[in-house]
Amino acid sequence: MIRFEPRTRTPLALRLLLPVLSVLAALALAAIPLALAGAPVWTAYAGIATGAAGSLFALTETLTRATPLLFTGLAAAIAFRARLFNIGAEGQLYLGALAAVAVGSGAIALPPPLVLPAILVAAFAAGALLMLGPALLKTRLGVDEVVTTLLLNFVVLLFVQMMLEGPFKDPMGGGWPQSEPILPEGALPPLFERMRVHAGLLLALAAAIAAQVLMGRTTLGLKIRAVGDNPAASRFAGIGITGVTVTVAVLSGGLAGLAGASEVAGLKGYLTSDLSRGFGYAGIVVATLAGLQPLAVVPAALFVAGIFVGADTMSRQVGVSNYVADLIVALALLCVLVGGLFQRYRPRWS
Amino acid sequence: MTNAAFLVDLVGSASFWSAAIRIATPLLFGVLGALICERAGVLNLGIEGIFTAGAMAGWLAVYLGAGLWTGLAVAALTGAAFGLVHALLTVPLGLSQHVTGIGVTLFATSLAYFTYRVALPNVASPPRIEPFGPLDLPFLSSIPVIGPALAAQTAPTWLAFALFALVALVLARTPLGLALRAVGENPAAVEAQGLGVHALRIGAVVAGSAVMALGGAFLTMSAFNAFFFEMTAGRGWICIALTVFASWKPGRALVGALLFGAFDAFQLRLQHQVGGAVPGQVFLMLPYLLSIAALILVARRADYPKALMVPYFKGSR
Repeated sequence: MIRFEPRTRTPLALRLLLPVLSVLAALALAAIPLALAGAPVWTAYAGIATGAAGSLFALTETLTRATPLLFTGLAAAIAFRARLFNIGAEGQLYLGALAAVAVGSGAIALPPPLVLPAILVAAFAAGALLMLGPALLKTRLGVDEVVTTLLLNFVVLLFVQMMLEGPFKDPMGGGWPQSEPILPEGALPPLFERMRVHAGLLLALAAAIAAQVLMGRTTLGLKIRAVGDNPAASRFAGIGITGVTVTVAVLSGGLAGLAGASEVAGLKGYLTSDLSRGFGYAGIVVATLAGLQPLAVVPAALFVAGIFVGADTMSRQVGVSNYVADLIVALALLCVLVGGLFQRYRPRWS
Repeated sequence: MTNAAFLVDLVGSASFWSAAIRIATPLLFGVLGALICERAGVLNLGIEGIFTAGAMAGWLAVYLGAGLWTGLAVAALTGAAFGLVHALLTVPLGLSQHVTGIGVTLFATSLAYFTYRVALPNVASPPRIEPFGPLDLPFLSSIPVIGPALAAQTAPTWLAFALFALVALVLARTPLGLALRAVGENPAAVEAQGLGVHALRIGAVVAGSAVMALGGAFLTMSAFNAFFFEMTAGRGWICIALTVFASWKPGRALVGALLFGAFDAFQLRLQHQVGGAVPGQVFLMLPYLLSIAALILVARRADYPKALMVPYFKGSR
């Protein structure tokens, strides 16, 4: 008979090892449907690995894909830490992207050096504003924020489609529903010549460091963690739960909004309604893999991005559907959740 | 036509109510499934993925030559399997029901899409199947408006009504129903009676997930006759909102889902009526906004099952 007893503290080695073991478990589990589908499992996995990191170009593509995941992963990590389950990063990303093209494509006359800052501020504000509603509904009326943020994702995507067919439509876009391009002075420039990886990556890494400092070294971070760990005790200690929740909502929604700005200003140049390939939802997986630690979001985002990029390459070469990437990532989330138990509890044979 | 005349015409027409019930059917399954899980104390956000997996599995079975009822059974079993995953992670292991549910949705959705791509590697347009036909029951035609509207419905809709009656009866009148309700309100009391809290909760989540999957199967086997990517379009999340709106009571859930269907049918007609004057997306947003509005409306008096989302471990309280 196995019994589980709570750990007083988790050894560092275990904290580092468990996500790795969980990911390996996810890969093993995903091999079952792959094998059942008659796919060559080893060739497919080797294809994903070389597609993600087999060349300099592959590595920069993985970094490019990791950029939005860093933002959405941080958005989820901060919010989940305060037990504010923001599942609306997908919608916040799109609204942030819409705000970015609204101020950054020349419709508003701005001095050239101010265009990029205006894009970032507008995208942050748009994402933050979108998350404010569900956060206030939670604190004021007790409405479950998971359901409201999920439902808002659909509303925002339809709103963006409406804008792209209406006032935001590029008259030079050949009839396609796409926005006017971001001005050259508003672009996040590429980091290397002839590579797609752009300055948005540096911004995302800076955000990860800032978030780590905020959560670990400031009073606000302490309050956020306290509210997440024990809301009742926090209230007793005089922490304003509403204030903390609203602040977290603004930070989380804003970070997800920046993901949208980074994609349009750094990668695509203009907005279409297929900007995100589920980056908002993948951010939840990234944050969970990272154990909600902002700095750990960096390797987690690289891993998830690598799986997606690698699977695209592998799918072209080996012919196995690239939905295997979504499958691996989803299984990684479930495996990490189970793995987290071993961090908090010690198995004992008796 | 004046607005009032348009409304009177609409509400009096059998085709409007027939559309309303058809639109409501997947929600009827979904809201009933969610209600079974939540009354036992487990929030199942796997619902959206279970819808997708049920839609794909039922359709694929029929496409590969199985009968329609076999297809429904395959869908239900698929739902039950994903329900078991959610139940094992959230009940004995006590993991976060929110995050696990999202994980189950991502897992079920990606497995469904992967399987679809494996089964049909190179198809341009989704292949169709011969769907359930209307179940024209002779005694219905004599009832005005509602009679013809019901006569246009297919067998799964009647199955949904029957399941509602069954679940309402079991919950209200049987020892099993009492135990299920108790396990969502006060699990310690259930254990004191010598019943297994975990077994009851796992059973409820598995059964509820099987019912949810039938809602997905309705989409591919009676409504659209084919499987599309992203075809569930948030219907699962709407069901979670409807369950709160219904205060976890089967009767109110039935009425709520039908009202929702009527509203959706109404906005579709309105869309035709106003033509291109208003962008189509405005109408498509309405179901989601209505769901949020419903949550806000009942927020103050929502009577949550006391132990909803509270894991239970033997000997603890």
